[in-house]
Amino acid sequence: MAWTLDTQHVPDLARGAAVLGTGGGGDPHIGALLATQAIETHGPVTVVPADELPDDAVVVMVAMMGAPTVMVEKLPSLDEVVAPLRAMEPLLDAPVTHIACAEIGGVNSTIPVAAAAALGLPLVDGDAMGRAFPELQMVLPTLFGLSASPMAFADEKGNTGVLHTIDNLWAERIARVACVEMGCSVIITLFPQSGAQFRQTMVLGSLSQATAVGAAIAQARTANEDPVARAVEELRGRELFAGKVVDVERATTAGFARGHARIDGEAGTLELSFQNEHLMAQLGDEVLVTTPDLIMVLEHDSGEPITTEALRYGQRVRVIAAPADERWHSPAALEMVGPGYFGYPVTTHRFDGTPDPGDRRGTADTTLAPTDTLEAVR
Amino acid sequence: MHIGIDVGGTNTDAVLMDGTRVLAGVKESTSEDVTSGIVRAIEQLRAQHAFEGAAVSAVMIGTTHFINALVEARRLAPTAALRLGLPATRALPPLVDWPARLRDAISGRAYLAHGGYEFDGRPISPIDHDELKRHAADMAAHGVRSVAISSVFSPVNHDLEVEAADVIAAELGPDVAISLSHEIGRIGLLERENATIINAALREMAVSIVDGLTAAVRAHGIDAPIFLSQNDGTLMDEDYVRRYPVATFASGPTNSMRGAAATSGLETCAVVDIGGTTSDIGLLVNGFPRETTTEVKVAGIRTNFRMPDVLSLGIGGGSHVDTGSAMVGPHSVGYKLTSEALVFGGNQLTASDLAVAAGRADMGDRSLVAHLDPDLVRRALESIAVRVSEAVDRMRTSAEPIPVVAVGGGSILLPDEIPLFGKVHRPENYAVANAIGASIAQVGGEIDKVFAVEPGRREATLDAVRQEAVDKAIAAGAKPATVSIVDFDEVPIPYLPGNATRIRAKAVGDLDMGV
Repeated sequence: MAWTLDTQHVPDLARGAAVLGTGGGGDPHIGALLATQAIETHGPVTVVPADELPDDAVVVMVAMMGAPTVMVEKLPSLDEVVAPLRAMEPLLDAPVTHIACAEIGGVNSTIPVAAAAALGLPLVDGDAMGRAFPELQMVLPTLFGLSASPMAFADEKGNTGVLHTIDNLWAERIARVACVEMGCSVIITLFPQSGAQFRQTMVLGSLSQATAVGAAIAQARTANEDPVARAVEELRGRELFAGKVVDVERATTAGFARGHARIDGEAGTLELSFQNEHLMAQLGDEVLVTTPDLIMVLEHDSGEPITTEALRYGQRVRVIAAPADERWHSPAALEMVGPGYFGYPVTTHRFDGTPDPGDRRGTADTTLAPTDTLEAVR
Repeated sequence: MHIGIDVGGTNTDAVLMDGTRVLAGVKESTSEDVTSGIVRAIEQLRAQHAFEGAAVSAVMIGTTHFINALVEARRLAPTAALRLGLPATRALPPLVDWPARLRDAISGRAYLAHGGYEFDGRPISPIDHDELKRHAADMAAHGVRSVAISSVFSPVNHDLEVEAADVIAAELGPDVAISLSHEIGRIGLLERENATIINAALREMAVSIVDGLTAAVRAHGIDAPIFLSQNDGTLMDEDYVRRYPVATFASGPTNSMRGAAATSGLETCAVVDIGGTTSDIGLLVNGFPRETTTEVKVAGIRTNFRMPDVLSLGIGGGSHVDTGSAMVGPHSVGYKLTSEALVFGGNQLTASDLAVAAGRADMGDRSLVAHLDPDLVRRALESIAVRVSEAVDRMRTSAEPIPVVAVGGGSILLPDEIPLFGKVHRPENYAVANAIGASIAQVGGEIDKVFAVEPGRREATLDAVRQEAVDKAIAAGAKPATVSIVDFDEVPIPYLPGNATRIRAKAVGDLDMGV
């Protein structure tokens, strides 16, 4: 059933998206304000479940690309939301009918809400990751051979560009350079696809899920129940660890906030490794969970998600893990977003602690064409 | 000698100091007009320890007046918020996240204009003087008496804020006060702008308050300079307060913490202030409160002021105690302790009753708690000690040992030793600690900006920033020989090219009292 996303849903969505952001994705506050303002100005947004999407619908993802630090200073105008869509539309077979989220984690879950309101278009309930990842090619549609192009980007000054790239990694590279030149905060529209393709390539229902996670945490607090346990239940995950942050080490290299955090608890010391997002949790020498499954740090009592930037000594936290979309566990997917890609020489571990059978690193068969993946999924 | 005065919501404390020695200390109730309370407090000081007005070299005053005025939404000036940044930022205009009550209380008007910079200092769009003049005319037509000007990335380059201020001032004349965001906040446009708007709304009141304080002190034949406490505990002169009243916002908790530390002879410590309902825990490092790193909400408005980081636990002398679980708080009888607690003949078991039953305090009628199960008393008091020590542990930034100072009426709830930290320090003279905190005569200068650090120029850039902070402290009245850098921070900003780095330096020295 389609539902109406109004201003009262925004805080739950923003909180849930911060949980699913697994420590990254930027400060959800500005994203929530933008969505609220856009809804107040243009009216609420219709959220359409993927199974009600016509096969010939034209769905386009809208996202913010750039530095969260810039976004809190040079606020968007929202005019730049319309421009890339208009630049892209003539290159498509038909006008855009629906908007979607590229990632459900962080500000990129609320910016498409603002965009949908401003454009007067419905939003499809789903996203391309089911979590947050740092680069634009790291989406499930890439694994299905879907092209990010034609991709458009615009800044608030009125500059617009359209890209046709040979693959999605090139789209990331070229757009990233343009983004810096344009002031490090642009709106991009990308991955045009049909309704039929959307049902195949995307994580379905994630907008509702994020809202449900955010609402569950808020309700548990009001009812004096355990918000963390409720979040774990919603995410069908498990609680990994509870303890106190005793050390946070970070360095900004090559544009990423890389680092480690150590958390002392009754079961020993948990070490978290992060690069914008939390990517690996280890207890001593034992790897508990790695990317692509979700690792999230919540405040011990309130269940409020804590970003990697806000982690600091003394915080009482609980670390939880949850399964990523199953398609992230294919060999080709692990090539793109597994621990090896981020420089951690370990085997992929699922949220429940089991090594991932899809991890074929070290074997001869490490390169799979996207079509192979598609077969594997079917 | 010098005088320290703390004007709280309820009490006005005053101390007469000779260096760090307390010559006299008094407590008066705060008067509606502020002034007469101060006049009486100084009279009381004189009664305790006679002195000539000419012998006083400085008067330091801490006041919660401005933050209370904002919270109560009274005496705020009709204010305009002008932001330079178009075509960016249009989606979220100034005042967008203000509670309607406060927006109405300042008759807030929001204006967007061209200007502003990118993160690397390139202009977003040229400033347009005609556009600014049109906005100024509209402000005048709507009776605006104070203007807050913000500009995108003004912590990187503030030229446009200054230029716009000149244009607006020329149009509106000298009676309209202008506050600039780069002088008040840091990166984070909405939060910095909000702080600037609050400052602007308080400017008129600042003039009358400062005039009142000055008159009260001068009435005693004291001609010495008057200083006010800032959020971090350093002092500012009267002219500065007239321009930056927001800088006083956190002086209440800061002076309380600094006073507690000073009376204990400690510079780096955790201060636990236990009142009737809550325990407020803060950290002092080299005599200065550790500040929050995140946004602070003041009266429901998100700002990025530098405020002392204070953690509040729902444990106080009046906290309810559950006889089954031995849980203490967060509900409290509050100020009704002397009628509702068991020892005072009431019906509610409170934390104070436990302290009396355990022999840690003597108040009310001890026999009224003789029936309490000793095991319950022990468990509940133990849980208080554990929770307080956990909270202190949460506040400290490393595992280094740190002394704990307990103050406030509810500090009887704590044992002489707590887990993790050992001995609990209990200062004497604490009744007037806020005034002692205010009297600590230090002035400072702080720089907090984003710099593009050129390759090979890192050290030179850092040195220049440190020197700028030192110069600022000296300009604020510090004895040059005593100035040192007390806080320094260099944070590379993620996702940005060109080694963009946020550098913060704070220099502090002793106030030059000319003696």
